Amino acid sequence: MNHENQAIPLEDHYIWKKPSFIRNPWLRYGLLLVSAVYLIYAFSTLSLDIQRVMRGIPRAMQIFSSAIPPNFAARGELIVTGFIESIQITLVATAAGVLLSIPFGFMAAKNISILPVYALGRAVIIISRSLHPIVLGVLFVKAVGFGAFAGVLTLIIYTVGFVGKLIAEAIEEIKYGQIEAIRSTGAGYFTILVYAVFPQIMPRLIGLSMYQLDINLRASAVIGLVGAGGIGNTLNSAFGRYDYGTASAILLVMIAIILVFEYVSGKLRRFTK
Amino acid sequence: MSSLTSGPLKELGKESYHWERFTAKQRFLRFIAYLTVAVLLYWTVSSIDIYWPWVWSAPIEIQDMISRMIPPNPGALPEIIPALIETINIATIGTVFAVLISLPVAYFGASNVSPNKVMLWIARVIIVSSRSIDTLIWALLFVAILGPGPMAGVFAVTFRAIGFLAKLIGESIEEMDWGPVEALQSSGASKAHIISYAIVPQVLPTFWAVTILRWDINIRESTVLGMVGAGGIGMLFQVAIDLFRWRDVSMVLFSIILVVLFGEIVTSIVRKKLI
Repeated sequence: MNHENQAIPLEDHYIWKKPSFIRNPWLRYGLLLVSAVYLIYAFSTLSLDIQRVMRGIPRAMQIFSSAIPPNFAARGELIVTGFIESIQITLVATAAGVLLSIPFGFMAAKNISILPVYALGRAVIIISRSLHPIVLGVLFVKAVGFGAFAGVLTLIIYTVGFVGKLIAEAIEEIKYGQIEAIRSTGAGYFTILVYAVFPQIMPRLIGLSMYQLDINLRASAVIGLVGAGGIGNTLNSAFGRYDYGTASAILLVMIAIILVFEYVSGKLRRFTK
Repeated sequence: MSSLTSGPLKELGKESYHWERFTAKQRFLRFIAYLTVAVLLYWTVSSIDIYWPWVWSAPIEIQDMISRMIPPNPGALPEIIPALIETINIATIGTVFAVLISLPVAYFGASNVSPNKVMLWIARVIIVSSRSIDTLIWALLFVAILGPGPMAGVFAVTFRAIGFLAKLIGESIEEMDWGPVEALQSSGASKAHIISYAIVPQVLPTFWAVTILRWDINIRESTVLGMVGAGGIGMLFQVAIDLFRWRDVSMVLFSIILVVLFGEIVTSIVRKKLI
């Protein structure tokens, strides 16, 4: 997108037109054509079936009518313990994950690390970022059994992928004055990391961990669907029993808790800035 | 510290000088913050329902699982590739639907242009409920309604993305410069003209950035939809896990990583070209 200052042609009948988002007409219509063709192709592969949607509508009505009003009472205790477990998983995994993402973040910062270490750090971060928590959850449930521990491991990896990447980016943007100052005192590599690099990323790190707390809570609600503990387990069995009243109660509480967490983590982030 | 204070500072006439980084109040607040974190963590670790012997055996179990996964089985590729394409299709069509639906929601949900309070609150409720429910839970719902298949996946992706797009586009409408709108109003422009000539051009960069970002996220999320029956590569993953075909599992994992990286590279190229 180049916004060149083109001279307005001085013609008798000049009508101003809104400039297009993409200036080059060939590129503009080419892209439109390509996306139209792709979308038509993609639609055709989906086997979108209007009749099935139509048949789904009464089923949806049935589900919604049994979901309203939400039933908090029938499984109230299970809902409470499920949410407490979700919050516990979130707290443990965020703390451990942030601690673990510090070394990986340092490894994956181009400006302070040597090539093989950089490659290793980046690889760890890319792999943990690419795998959805559900996929990791399934793997850990298979490896270490059902329950909260699988959930904690899942969210630790998830945290390392996200926080590690952002720490690495923060380190790549640090100021070099402090490093030179510490180096001029004759400090070694690790002393420089501790006294010149780490203090510069500390505010960012605290903000990130607050944000990650929020993200992990959301994720902890769904990894239970595959058996990794927390409220997701309860929700999954509610769906499995066709107990949509309890399911909608869980969803409502989930929305409320997520909103509260979002608010608190936003407040804390502003406070630490 | 002592060498500093006994030297030049003494000559300045100060009896003793003690440098501190934080004031007493700051230190107190920090102490409270650390204490809160420590107490929370202590409560969590001591009360969480974890069977500790499984924790100690975890490294061996994970090692064992990884050793079964190596090497990945390329024989699974003929099944994987169509599933990957389906994954990308679900993500893309879901994004297109979500964009179409989220534009009016964003318009009604922006407090400065929304026609009235009722519409504003309806839009806000749509945004909050769409955003707070994860794609996978939407997928569970749509599989229950529509039956298994990619169609349920498309609906799940769409319903999750509406809130995300509408919130971010709505925020950019709220933050826009009001001057062009007034200029058009003073020339007697209609509502449609004001939207297309004063609002759309200001929101367009955010719109593209947010849409591209959401497409990238949608690809990630579509990789797991199949695990609840909503189409895409997740179905293969679940089947391979259930049949203990660990070398197929690792091949699927590898291809998921590749497709997510593909999405990330495409979005970064488009973002650079566009913005």
